[in-house]
Amino acid sequence: MIRAEGIFKQFGDQEVLKGIDFTFEAGKTNLIIGRSGAGKTVLLKILVGLFAPTRGRVWFNNIDYTNLDKKGILAIRKEVGMLFQGNALFDSMTIEENIRFPMDMFTPMTAKEKLMRVDEVLERVSLGGVNPKYPSEISGGMQKRVGIARAIVLKPKYLFCDEPNSGLDPKTSITIDELISDITNEEKITTIINTHDMNSVMEIGENICLLKQGKLAWKGNKDQVLNTDNEELEAFIFASPFLKKLVEAAKKNGATSLENL
Amino acid sequence: MKLSYLADLGKFVLWQKEVFRKPENWGMYYKELIRQMYDIGIGSLPIVLLIAIFLGAVTVVQFYYQMEGTLIPPYYIGYIVRDMMIIELAPMVTCLVLAGNVGSTMAAEIGGMRQKEHIDAMEIMGLNTSSYLVMPKLIAAAYVVPILVCVAAVVGITGGYLASVPSGLFTQAEYVQGLRAFFIPYNVVMMLVKSVTFALILVSVSCFQGYFVKGGSIELGAASTRAVVFGDIMILLADYFIAVVLTT
Repeated sequence: MIRAEGIFKQFGDQEVLKGIDFTFEAGKTNLIIGRSGAGKTVLLKILVGLFAPTRGRVWFNNIDYTNLDKKGILAIRKEVGMLFQGNALFDSMTIEENIRFPMDMFTPMTAKEKLMRVDEVLERVSLGGVNPKYPSEISGGMQKRVGIARAIVLKPKYLFCDEPNSGLDPKTSITIDELISDITNEEKITTIINTHDMNSVMEIGENICLLKQGKLAWKGNKDQVLNTDNEELEAFIFASPFLKKLVEAAKKNGATSLENL
Repeated sequence: MKLSYLADLGKFVLWQKEVFRKPENWGMYYKELIRQMYDIGIGSLPIVLLIAIFLGAVTVVQFYYQMEGTLIPPYYIGYIVRDMMIIELAPMVTCLVLAGNVGSTMAAEIGGMRQKEHIDAMEIMGLNTSSYLVMPKLIAAAYVVPILVCVAAVVGITGGYLASVPSGLFTQAEYVQGLRAFFIPYNVVMMLVKSVTFALILVSVSCFQGYFVKGGSIELGAASTRAVVFGDIMILLADYFIAVVLTT
């Protein structure tokens, strides 16, 4: 479990986050949603420790991550994997070297063990055999999957994903969402995804927080999305008139949850 | 503006604590060290050789022009070329060239990694990126740059020979006599002290500019330029202070 407690963040005169309180539940796919500029990425980077909050605390279970010393921070980070919006794959390294990098740096594993683990995670993301290629030689969707493989190679307890669907076609987006959700369930990871993709919200949102202008505007899960009377959420989710009409028609026909939509 | 320079200086000093932290994995640092040694050494060798040979050649021609017709014996030119190359030209010009060549590359490489979130990715893995990205470069430069400077000195002196003896300015015996005259081994120590100091300056200034870059490609270009400009200024200042300290 990760808990954000009264998180404020200011850049110069601009207050980006204004007192976020939210609990990201253990073993679930947690979503941070909101429009561009709502503060999603800043919150995610505060949770993961790349930014320090101006005020407030981040708790990893019972550990106050914001007040840890260098050693404590490193100990937490060893349990964290992250998929970046731009993948952050090292472009001068092959896919295999990219995935092996955390193992080379932090584990005493033998070369054979590392190779087996690389193959294992690449198979898990359905990319077996791409080991010798460079990131520039594979598609954007494949790069995302390699990013996921690198993030999970050390079997983290927490997986952070910053806009995993950005720049991908709808079908590849769904594949990535399913992959992240499956890995979360299989490995019992606590996953936090920052997204503005509606498919993600409807498909994998087990615990969702909506940010609007740096404030928590709504929290719930994907089933509660349909029946909400929260104006902020409605404005965000049903920004597409087509989707709004579709859902309204389904509701008229008696749909009350995503399963019977 | 002046305050921002002071703030940068403070940031630079505090950053050194992170740069010299104990490595997480000596093997990976060693691998990076070897790569950097190759990049700095072999990568810069052609330009260093080219510049050194012309430095020596031009020095001989210019001094011959100055001294022609005077009572100063011609072999003095060999002596002047040798000491100029060892004491000043080889360390300073080589490091100014390296600041432009290696320094800008380092600033661009680290700055690019910052912009593409590679540094963030390494931080999330639990890596001390300041140390991993900078320390191997510093150590590599501290080893390789003095070797490059020594090579530059030898090649410069050879350049002086090639510009004078075959063209008949003076004889080989006179040039060699000059090279062997009044030799003070301490001058070589001075050259090595300068080259190590300049190497550390050019790497740390360049890496600092790249590591803390913000913004996009324009800012990255500006950081790369700043790396060269500040690197050069710092090298010139250090050159003066080392000259004062080691010769008085």
